[in-house]
Amino acid sequence: MVKITIKDLSFSYGSRRILEGLNLVVGDSEVLSLVGPNGSGKTTMIKCIDRILKPRGSILLDGGRDLQSLSRQEVARYIGYVPQSTTSVLTTTVFDTILMGRKPHMGWRVADEDIDKVVDIMKLLHVEEFALKDFSELSGGQKQRVLIARALAQEPEVLLLDEPTSNLDVKHQLEALDTVRSIVKKTGISAVMAIHDLNLAARYSDSLVMLKNGMVHAVGDPSSLLTMENIREIFGVEAVVMRDLDRPYVVPIRSLNAEAV
Amino acid sequence: MSEAETISKEGAIEASELKEDYASFVGRKVLFILLSLAGIVALAGVAATLGSANITPAEVYTAILARFFPGTFETTDFINTIVWQLRLHRVLMGIFAGMGLAVAGAAMQGILKNPLASPFTLGIASAASFGASLAIILGAGFVSGQWLIVGNAFIFTMLASLTVYGLAKYKGITPETMILAGIAIMYLFSAMTSFLQYIGQAEQVQEVVFWAMGSLGRSSWEKVGIIALVTVVCTLALMYFSWDINALGAGDETAKSLGVNVEFVRVLCMMLASLITASVICFTGTIGFIGLVAPHITRMVVGGDHRFLLPASGLVGALILLGADTLARTILAPVILPVGIMTSFLGVPFFIYLFLKRRKEYW
Repeated sequence: MVKITIKDLSFSYGSRRILEGLNLVVGDSEVLSLVGPNGSGKTTMIKCIDRILKPRGSILLDGGRDLQSLSRQEVARYIGYVPQSTTSVLTTTVFDTILMGRKPHMGWRVADEDIDKVVDIMKLLHVEEFALKDFSELSGGQKQRVLIARALAQEPEVLLLDEPTSNLDVKHQLEALDTVRSIVKKTGISAVMAIHDLNLAARYSDSLVMLKNGMVHAVGDPSSLLTMENIREIFGVEAVVMRDLDRPYVVPIRSLNAEAV
Repeated sequence: MSEAETISKEGAIEASELKEDYASFVGRKVLFILLSLAGIVALAGVAATLGSANITPAEVYTAILARFFPGTFETTDFINTIVWQLRLHRVLMGIFAGMGLAVAGAAMQGILKNPLASPFTLGIASAASFGASLAIILGAGFVSGQWLIVGNAFIFTMLASLTVYGLAKYKGITPETMILAGIAIMYLFSAMTSFLQYIGQAEQVQEVVFWAMGSLGRSSWEKVGIIALVTVVCTLALMYFSWDINALGAGDETAKSLGVNVEFVRVLCMMLASLITASVICFTGTIGFIGLVAPHITRMVVGGDHRFLLPASGLVGALILLGADTLARTILAPVILPVGIMTSFLGVPFFIYLFLKRRKEYW
């Protein structure tokens, strides 16, 4: 089974090409990570899949429908998006923030069923303690959980996460990714995330996609993809890859461009 | 409490408890709306008693009820005339104008995500002033007769918001482009108004200045009808988009991911807010402050959910404008001050009080 099949996806800002001819398949119940250096198109790709940006090419859903031809509301029922920036300008409580995730499914009135679903998700992500606190009062880790909860309230088939570990300390990085992985395995939805940290990506992903200059460089499982050669080619970094753990572990040594010093 | 403890207490809060908490959280907002409504009815009764002829609130309510239930309630011709022909339309004008300006302000703050936004942010007030000046000083305009000033103010207001839309459309409909385009429009119309005032006669200039101060003195049943109709219809329309405005508050990208047509909602709400503002200020002149501050006061009490914020702001705006007008009529009686001056005198201290006492971040 396949959640999303991306065919020949391209995107440009004006005349500047950001993504070019991407092909990608997101399988059932898998965590797929997009890795690559800054400017390689990870975040742009996430935004294109959710049609926050308008790409060319086709994004086929599991019934064969093209996401490009759906309304925003229909897209919102299939794909949940967890943004990178955790700033919210307008005041709103945690409960209302998560309830907003029900928007693609509900009308003006909030049904009891919507409230029930929000409560279940709050308990799933352990955010019920601060249900009526303002979102802006929460810590970074708590905010991240609330934003994941909001995306889950959309009851999506695919969860998109843009740098879910940026702004988090090491404990909360692990917690956030544990949460994502356990939800994926429990509910059968899939997650696609843009992530910088190769070791976190290796540890929590079923497959990796290496992007460079807006093109797919390589796709595969973490152990086969994270090699010294690939890392040198993509990041321009000399690294040692340790394989004595169950997942590969990358230790960067030096940048190949840093001639001086 | 640290997060680790929070997590270890998993299941400590029952689902039913959470639902009850949320229900009472929503209940408090509904209660605030009901209390504001009751406050408006009470204040309207008081406002209608004040004036050169002495009548009591009870007589006012009786006169009102007598019109609807002629058999049940008795009133005198004198009281009937005072209430229905002299005072009630002014009271209702205050209520609907205050409501309209506050709802427009709340909507503008929501779609522009800016605490300083108000119905006048997009240069609307200076456009209305220019339209009125054109009518008063040059006698020129799109309509003639008694509707010349009103028609001009309305048309130039809508013209200003269409221009802002056009300029913003060119660069993408974001809060930044709309606010910058609005500022440009505002300075353009201010300069044109200044030019007209420079070439105008002294009495004409005085009339323009008085017009711009804002007053309910020009009220009539006909005008109340128009303001009430536009305000109520546009408020309901804006409330229909409450969830979309809420989603915009979380950022344009998040709003899109939740299924909101961001640009469509922003433009439509801006047009609805402009329409309300235009139809209010073309009759009253520019009454500042309410559209800026009534939403803030309300947000401090009911929070940022526009399903409740929009109607509650409207009621708070109605209370402020009606209260300000009542004071403006009585404080230096028989001199009646322009209500535009009074709204700030009355509202600023209250706003500062709330602002200093607030516990949480509202923006």
